[in-house]
Amino acid sequence: MKFNFQGAGIVRGFVETARNFLGSYYDPERLTTVEYPERKLALPENVRTVPFLVYDHDMSGLRCTACKICEQECPAACIKIIKDTVKKSDYLGKSQFQPQVFDIDIAVCMSCGICAEVCPFDSIKMDQVYELATQDRFAPLILHKEQLGKSNAYFHAIHPTDAVETDSLRDEAKRKAETKAAADAAAKAAAAVKPKPEISTTANSQSVGTSATANVEKAVAT
Amino acid sequence: MSTLRKEISNGSFCGGIDVDSPLRHFSGATRTTNTNGFAHDLLEISMGPHHPSTHGVFRMDVIVDGEEIVQLKPVFGYLHRNHEKLAEKNSYLGIIPYTDRLDYICSMTNNWAYVLAVEKLSGFQATERAEYIRVIVSELTRLFNHACLVGFLLQDMGALGTPLMYAFREREKILDLFESLTGSRMMCNYMRFGGVRCDLPEGWLDEAKKVVSDYPGFIDQFEALITGNEILLARSQGVGVLSRELAISAGVTGPMLRASGVNYDIRKTDKYGIYSRFNFRVPLGDHGDVFDRYMIRVLEMRESLKILEQALNQIPAGPIIDPKAKNRGLRPKAGEVYSRIESPKGELGFHIISDGSASPYRLHIRPPSLINLTILEDMCLGQTIADAVIILGSVDIVLGEVDR
Repeated sequence: MKFNFQGAGIVRGFVETARNFLGSYYDPERLTTVEYPERKLALPENVRTVPFLVYDHDMSGLRCTACKICEQECPAACIKIIKDTVKKSDYLGKSQFQPQVFDIDIAVCMSCGICAEVCPFDSIKMDQVYELATQDRFAPLILHKEQLGKSNAYFHAIHPTDAVETDSLRDEAKRKAETKAAADAAAKAAAAVKPKPEISTTANSQSVGTSATANVEKAVAT
Repeated sequence: MSTLRKEISNGSFCGGIDVDSPLRHFSGATRTTNTNGFAHDLLEISMGPHHPSTHGVFRMDVIVDGEEIVQLKPVFGYLHRNHEKLAEKNSYLGIIPYTDRLDYICSMTNNWAYVLAVEKLSGFQATERAEYIRVIVSELTRLFNHACLVGFLLQDMGALGTPLMYAFREREKILDLFESLTGSRMMCNYMRFGGVRCDLPEGWLDEAKKVVSDYPGFIDQFEALITGNEILLARSQGVGVLSRELAISAGVTGPMLRASGVNYDIRKTDKYGIYSRFNFRVPLGDHGDVFDRYMIRVLEMRESLKILEQALNQIPAGPIIDPKAKNRGLRPKAGEVYSRIESPKGELGFHIISDGSASPYRLHIRPPSLINLTILEDMCLGQTIADAVIILGSVDIVLGEVDR
């Protein structure tokens, strides 16, 4: 539209505003907001708010081994972990600690996701809950192990891609551990029958079999 | 009664005026007869820290003679959060989310500036695909930063709401892209040493291409809405002039400097990342006034779109992070490095001194907003309060970065 008089720029601006206003009545693209509490937009898969802990089956299957890497790496220092005194057998059949106390102060947490990134056990992941307001400033904002623990099914529901990938890695590790356990048992049985010449093969099969768990241990050590 | 209150009540309080300033003896309103022969008063006004036109918690101590500003002192520090000191305690990886919170509008470029400094320090090289992703997200950041800035600038001029909401509507589309890519709309925490944190989700590139191809329509609409507007021209042309010489000697960078006609863009001079591969121009102003600063932003958006089009079409497949680059537990060898990028606001630099331990010995940030703000008084002298508001708006400050 061409105008050539004093004030033409203002008129052109009003034309543009009018076009936008009228456009919002027929073009759904122009409606950029939703009526929030009544309508909620679906969240993209990657969305992260506060961390949570994944467990298999029930709370006793908590994947966390209280290795404290997340506690040490958290830039805001909002995680507090106290190791349990007794070890439990994990999904690989390896005896591991579990956390006795696992607290996250979500008032301090800045949702950066570094804890989930550094966790070598795929235990801590980022949640997608967002209406977290409470009436008290302190106690309700410190989430304990019981509130943080959520099932693997929930993890699959909110981060499908990541969860499938994690599961396949864990299944592979488990298969390796089972193969190793079987090999160990076979070696032991063979050694019982014929002790002397089998010593070297026992050592070999052990070193191959332990590589899966050794990787995890290495990750912890670094 | 507190000391401060006593001073105010007996008139000896003088706010932020220098002790040796000739205006020292004026406290609040003071009688003077030196202009036009009329007897009238100088008035000290404290604008801010909670003032809608100061874009955050920033204070201007202004002394006006009638309508004319005779002295202006910017007062910073209300949003100081100790980022540089916190970095001395955090791991190199743990600093990245803190850089998001410097210039909280442009977290991607902050990430890049820091990550680039650490890469220089420890000799990592980002992978090819990661370099492209970095350029794409940074130019998207530049798009919405400039859109918001002109929106806020016009709001300061009294164009209440409309231009800003148009800008926010476009920003929303880019924030949606960031949300699906990084999981967070503003605090992206996306870049890592040697690459980026996660790969582009499926369909992301097509969505980004759609946003980029729709964006010129928005700029045209925005320009039709406001660029030719006579009120904008009257308010901004010849206001807040910053001369070439002063801009250079004060260390002003970014669109502010280019609006004064100095051809200096770090994307062109340093060619960091892969900027040497893209074909784009650096728009330059002539007068160095508020209008030029407005136009520079509009033109830079168009140039950013050119870069984006090229990058989105050329992006190769491949790994997004160099597997040899260590992120957790990084201990770079002892040394010192300064690295800078062209953030939407100017030269954003990180100076890191490493003593070989897990956290930097010292980290210093060169924030473009702070340095660009130091010449505020020179631009405002002789202008009115209403002009000071738009001059400040045209500087493009984010207080998270100014105070750190």
